[in-house]
Amino acid sequence: MSITLNALLKSPWVFHLSSGSCNNCDIEVLDCLTPRFDVERFGIKLAGSIRHADVLLVTGSCNRKSSARIRKIYEDHVPRPCVVVAIGECSLSRGLFIDSYNCPLPLDRIIPVNVYIPGCPPKPEAIIAGVVKLIQRLKASV
Amino acid sequence: MAKTIIPIGPFHPLQEEPEYFSLTVEGETVVDVDVELGYNHRGIEKLSESKTYDQVPFVVERICGICSTSHPYAYVKAVEDISGCTIPERAEYIRTIIAEGERIHSHLLWLGLAGHFLGYNTVYMWVWKLREEILDVMEILSGNRNNYAMFKPGGVRRDIREEDIPFVIKKIDSIVKTLDMLKKAILDDPVLHARLKGIGILKREDAIDYSALGPTSRASGVAKDVRKDAPYGAYDKVEWKMIVTEKGDVFDKVVVRVLEVFESISIMKSCLLSLPKGPIDANLADIVPGEGIGVHEAPRGETFHYVRSDGSNRPTRHKVRAPTFMNLPTCKSTVIGAAIADAAIILASIDPCYCCTERLAVCRIDGKRMMNGGELIRLSVEKTEKLKKEMGRR
Repeated sequence: MSITLNALLKSPWVFHLSSGSCNNCDIEVLDCLTPRFDVERFGIKLAGSIRHADVLLVTGSCNRKSSARIRKIYEDHVPRPCVVVAIGECSLSRGLFIDSYNCPLPLDRIIPVNVYIPGCPPKPEAIIAGVVKLIQRLKASV
Repeated sequence: MAKTIIPIGPFHPLQEEPEYFSLTVEGETVVDVDVELGYNHRGIEKLSESKTYDQVPFVVERICGICSTSHPYAYVKAVEDISGCTIPERAEYIRTIIAEGERIHSHLLWLGLAGHFLGYNTVYMWVWKLREEILDVMEILSGNRNNYAMFKPGGVRRDIREEDIPFVIKKIDSIVKTLDMLKKAILDDPVLHARLKGIGILKREDAIDYSALGPTSRASGVAKDVRKDAPYGAYDKVEWKMIVTEKGDVFDKVVVRVLEVFESISIMKSCLLSLPKGPIDANLADIVPGEGIGVHEAPRGETFHYVRSDGSNRPTRHKVRAPTFMNLPTCKSTVIGAAIADAAIILASIDPCYCCTERLAVCRIDGKRMMNGGELIRLSVEKTEKLKKEMGRR
């Protein structure tokens, strides 16, 4: 196992990227950090800058304005290795907004996605379960 | 002194939504502020024209996750305004209970984030821990933590079970106890006083000029509240008072929100105790042609919905105006002149909600209009037509 991946599995730092969501998923992500759910006990920490992040948590139905920025962030700014977690129905399949004129593509057509967490919004428990599954899968792959 | 532009955003950890602020500063002082939106635009008004009247509440619920009661409430009021029906009393009470529960969780959310912006992460953690209790209450009442799906034109979708009421009242009583402790801890903290008092002052005249709404205007001494001015739901049937403060600085906005949480708890409790019996749905018949407006006092201020019907099963026009649309311009008068270190909390003090406010703008860059594929084809067709005419061909 490479040293970077080993460090990532011990303590994945997440950056939360809202690509045009309704705030609900974003708040549930923040909720995960607060005392009741407290994901910091697993070493998961919200990073202040995209350049410190190992995991990108993307919420929302990517609209025309934000999808170009998301692609740029993923391609140019994020350190490798990076895993992408799509949170909420909007980023999975655009959900309700599939017919909207401003949401042309789902997230996985813009950047590669590793984990999908469905729900509108997913409960904090579901988000934690998703991240745990991600870590297990990464462990199995190395 | 040379001016510098500090860009904030669009993707930054300060706020959960993407939006772009550019602060023009001279030394430490902010001299201009501009905001660029559009990262959240999803075309909701157009989308709701393609849904039936019963489906639209689910669409407007997802305008904003924090105001997921305010938008459906204003929308159903607009539809009921068209049809002119009266809804059952029990449904009015249930609507009020859900709306107040949302106000409690929204104000607590803001209070926590305000603590986070100030570097008081203890406040953030304590308040959000408390907020979980009210989310539990909402989960019992509506079945979900955030998107409640309780509203439908003519009534509510889900009844409150009698056996849940004692538990809910016990739960909100326990919130009052912790909140009292928090109120004392927050409002008596000398550091917070030094940090918040006298910054970001929105003067009474400015609040009126900008038509500020909700806690932003009430903190500046403008007593404006839809729940008192044009009572609806059960707001005229229970006792509560409007919280108004005079100074208009960030501290007053904190005070208004904290005290409003207590009022909301008391409204919620008295509604639960005096919940009338009866049906919960007026079984609305077909919507007649016409137009209607609905207003609701959301946690951030007055939410306004306009619906036009042509007698079919879908609205032909649905217009949404969220409170942040009116409150955001007040930043021009509050942030300018402040220090950069205070800018974050002043910008956050209106409790901004950008996904409610999103508008679409067709912009010009360097005076040239940006074109899409359809317009290019139109221009091409026009040129062909013009050439045909010039060459005398048909």
